[in-house]
Amino acid sequence: MTESTGGIEMEEDMSGTVKKFAFINRKAPYGTIYALESLEVVLISAAFDQDVSLVFADDGVYQLKKGQATKAVGMKNFSPTYRALEGYDIEKLYVEKSSMEARGLTTDDLIVDVEVLDSAEMAALLEEQDVVLSF
Amino acid sequence: MLHIVNKSPLERNALDSALRMIKPGSTILLIEDAVYAVTKGNKVESAVKEAMKTCTVSALWPDLEARGMQDTVIDGVKQVDYSGFVDLVADSSSVMSWL
Repeated sequence: MTESTGGIEMEEDMSGTVKKFAFINRKAPYGTIYALESLEVVLISAAFDQDVSLVFADDGVYQLKKGQATKAVGMKNFSPTYRALEGYDIEKLYVEKSSMEARGLTTDDLIVDVEVLDSAEMAALLEEQDVVLSF
Repeated sequence: MLHIVNKSPLERNALDSALRMIKPGSTILLIEDAVYAVTKGNKVESAVKEAMKTCTVSALWPDLEARGMQDTVIDGVKQVDYSGFVDLVADSSSVMSWL
């Protein structure tokens, strides 16, 4: 037991373990709380220096749409937060190509730079993760 | 990798998306309303059969039974109970839920 950790035993090998975490976002913003909750957890994960990837597929692509203005619906516009992720060393953002195209969007419509992956590339990305968290 | 789907394929696109974004060799476990996907005559039957060529497709039989669909399951679908569900999770390198 040590003073500095307030009595909590710190496991020595925890600090050096870096896992690959993927956050999968498949829901549009505002209609449900999923998108905002995902963003909260992503920001928390940034504090743990893990290898974090964000995936946007299906309606999740809409989370990144430019020009969101939520004043009239009385909700918080959290889309600027995606632009701040870089500052937390979260730089791996992926969008599934067919999801984006099915919604009439291109990368020019998105508020952040992303890597566009086809379905097979996305499958490979998911497969190499240690932990996949779905929102 | 284990992929879990729990929504009816006719109500949500979760199964569609999962089938599009999984690697050959993966296991797909259908639970709750997603078990309708492995029943004969469902609109997604052919897509499920296609997936079965490269992946293992399993369904939770208590959920099939609860819905009265136990006698219409597509041949080749592996039926598991709750402890089989646990084994699948324990034996997988990672698990993804398609909410």
